[in-house]
Amino acid sequence: MKYDSAIAANRFGLGAKPGELKRIHSNPRAWLLDQLQGPSRLSGDLKDLPGTAEVLVEIQDLRRKQREMRDAAMDQPAPDIVQKYAQKVREHYLAQTDARYRYAVASDVPFHERLVHFWSNHFAVSADKQPMPAVAGLYENEAVRPNVTGNFTDLLFACEQHPVMITYLDNQRSIGPESTLGRRANRVQRERNIGLNENLAREILELHTLGVDGGYTQQDVTTFAKVITGWSIGGAGDTGRFAEGTPGEFEFRDSIHEPGDHTILGTRYSQRGVAQGEAVLRDLALHPSTAKFLASKLATHFIADEPPVDLIDELAATYLESGAELAPVYEALVSADAAWTKSHSKYKSPHDFVISTLRAFDHVPDNTRFIVGALDLMGQAPFRPGSPAGWPDSAEHWGGADALYKRIEWSNTVSRLVGARVSPVELGDEVLGPTFSAESRKAVSHAESNVQGMTLLLASPDFQRR
Amino acid sequence: MVSRRDILRFAGAAAMASGIPGLTLARADSDARFVLVILRGAADGLAIAAPYGDGNYREIRGELALPGPGDSGGLNKLDGLFGLHPSLPNIYEQYREDQALIVHAVASPYRERSHFDGQDILENGAAQVGSLRDGWLNRALEPLGGALGDEVAIAMAQNTPLVLRGDNSVTSWAPSQLPDAEESTLRRLQDLYASDEFFATRLTQALDAQAIADGEAGMGQMRSRGNDAEQLRTLMHAAARFLTAEDGPQIAVLEASGWDTHANQGTTTGSLANRLGGLDNGLLTLQRGLGDAWAKTIVAVVTEFGRTVAVNGTRGTDHGTASAAILLGGAVAGGRVVTDWPGLRGADLYQGRDLQPTTDMRSVFKAVLAEHLDVPETHLESVVFPDSKSAPPMRDIVRS
Repeated sequence: MKYDSAIAANRFGLGAKPGELKRIHSNPRAWLLDQLQGPSRLSGDLKDLPGTAEVLVEIQDLRRKQREMRDAAMDQPAPDIVQKYAQKVREHYLAQTDARYRYAVASDVPFHERLVHFWSNHFAVSADKQPMPAVAGLYENEAVRPNVTGNFTDLLFACEQHPVMITYLDNQRSIGPESTLGRRANRVQRERNIGLNENLAREILELHTLGVDGGYTQQDVTTFAKVITGWSIGGAGDTGRFAEGTPGEFEFRDSIHEPGDHTILGTRYSQRGVAQGEAVLRDLALHPSTAKFLASKLATHFIADEPPVDLIDELAATYLESGAELAPVYEALVSADAAWTKSHSKYKSPHDFVISTLRAFDHVPDNTRFIVGALDLMGQAPFRPGSPAGWPDSAEHWGGADALYKRIEWSNTVSRLVGARVSPVELGDEVLGPTFSAESRKAVSHAESNVQGMTLLLASPDFQRR
Repeated sequence: MVSRRDILRFAGAAAMASGIPGLTLARADSDARFVLVILRGAADGLAIAAPYGDGNYREIRGELALPGPGDSGGLNKLDGLFGLHPSLPNIYEQYREDQALIVHAVASPYRERSHFDGQDILENGAAQVGSLRDGWLNRALEPLGGALGDEVAIAMAQNTPLVLRGDNSVTSWAPSQLPDAEESTLRRLQDLYASDEFFATRLTQALDAQAIADGEAGMGQMRSRGNDAEQLRTLMHAAARFLTAEDGPQIAVLEASGWDTHANQGTTTGSLANRLGGLDNGLLTLQRGLGDAWAKTIVAVVTEFGRTVAVNGTRGTDHGTASAAILLGGAVAGGRVVTDWPGLRGADLYQGRDLQPTTDMRSVFKAVLAEHLDVPETHLESVVFPDSKSAPPMRDIVRS
């Protein structure tokens, strides 16, 4: 068995399924690069999920009913409506996590799927703010999944103009002070200051494109916030004022858009309407700071917590030369010597760890509720990084003592539930190949039971590192 | 009966011979307790302790201005200038008993507005971004026994926040719902991990924490379910158990997120008020759980930076600079608001929009470390907070 097969499946994929190492043995690099064509078919679960617009409309209706009941002289909304709302949101969340984890465990294009999860985390929304739990998985499928091997500009557009991102970072509420509606409102209501919300503009610059050291100022943030006023959602208003547009879909509202030319990072933008913000996004995508930031994040995710500087430079240069095309960057990554080093320095995140344990057993769970619970206990609840920065990507962060204990408990639990069918040593050879160390092999082979052997295998350093 | 802890400790003793750190749990020679609570997302200091007596407050805060002391449901009066948010009744009670102190217009040395860099600086104790990889509280553990491998500090979370990361041994704990692995499996893992320091250290730390949790009735059943306020209360309850356990840690760190109130933050009711209520309740749980140990405790509640003084266009506030910090506990010389108040006129504000910082957060931390935990000042200056000469320890905030 080639050492590189184990690296391809574990470092770049989601952890080997039984048989996977043999399948990719002839050419591990080609196996990875072929996946950049994308999945030939999506699972039924993923395809059957409803669209974001549909879910947002449904949820908005429930909220409206809540409000109507409250307004109809009752102080509290009827409890069954509140309950129904919570239940609906939870149903959607679980359907989406089911689809996500079932697909990841079963996937035959695990490198492609890793990229989906990577970018979904780069453009993170977090399910700790309503109604994110009901739509975070849909956002991943609609905005991220179709664009991970294309041009970054398209991915950027798809994410920043997706109704879920707009809502998550409050942009539908941001109103240009000099826009038609802003002026009128501020004339009428002197008390209430109607105007900008910087949230989306700041995070686009800091987290999605240039990076925090990318060379922008507070002035750039404020100006960019003005430029993207009006990037909103159809049917967003409760009062009918913002009723125009297709409910639940991206809608540009000229009435709240700050008019005029604006200068960001020294470039003057004189476009009108939505085109102005789009022009800024296009320039941001091609900015050298963005190239460096994205290159550094990719290298950190796949190669090492502190990846070699020349690797980052090479990826950034490839990105700029290709005009923000992503496939050539992945090719450069997979072709780099640093990608195939035998020092396994990356400690899997809980998300990657849990997926890889289930793949090792080739067990696609019917219901992923127990995965959601376990990931929560390990500190990585699905779609809930807690902030727009997404999950961190280092052993320093994931290496908590308690989190390791929870991984051991998980290894034990999952081994009990599904792991009793094969010999643990054989399974170790099957999924770790030449990276299964003599020490781990010995410990596993001396286990007092099958379940214990499986637990030792999954909790071994060999399995938890990649 | 031989307890699981003894068995593991025996296995640990074998490992110690092979040079694995972190196997003893003797407590530093002190009854002092310290709890650090990090509010992630930039909590609004002007809502926590509102400067109702500042002549510019009502105008600039507009619809987010809180009703003054004496108004129905209004602020609780701290002094002639400040009032405490009405959703913090327990903290107010402590304040009246001189066991709570507010430090206002306080900020770390960080002057940009990224949450993530801001939290890094708050936690690593550096003077600027990117210069330190470990946390100030971890570096402070060395003279407290941390250098001997004692777990003097615990993170009440699965993973260790930056402030506690570093060379000195710490542990972490959070509630579980997964069934325990068997002892023999854990023992075999200790053997398997023996040649890998990363895993060996962490497993030992986890087992130590687990042993304390197992020895405490009820903690095994703790659940991590519930809303944010309930989860915080669960963690506060557990923190109190750890801090009062024999051989337990002396220092605990908790985190609470969700303070990034860009839209509809509310006033005496609403999202921020609810969150403050959850915090206040959690702190009460901690205080009750600590019992007599409360008298020797300091809790510091801090955030990475404050929020804009003016309301933004969506009835919220954007990222700002200075905020407020809360110190409470029996060891706090409280009942005061400590501030060099910068004022709220346009010209007083930092970059025309934020509360101007007049106190360095490191001065607060240094005072707690030096006077409460007896960390030598030379160690503070050279190791814990390098480049912090401009931030001398704040005087008279620890009860002598």
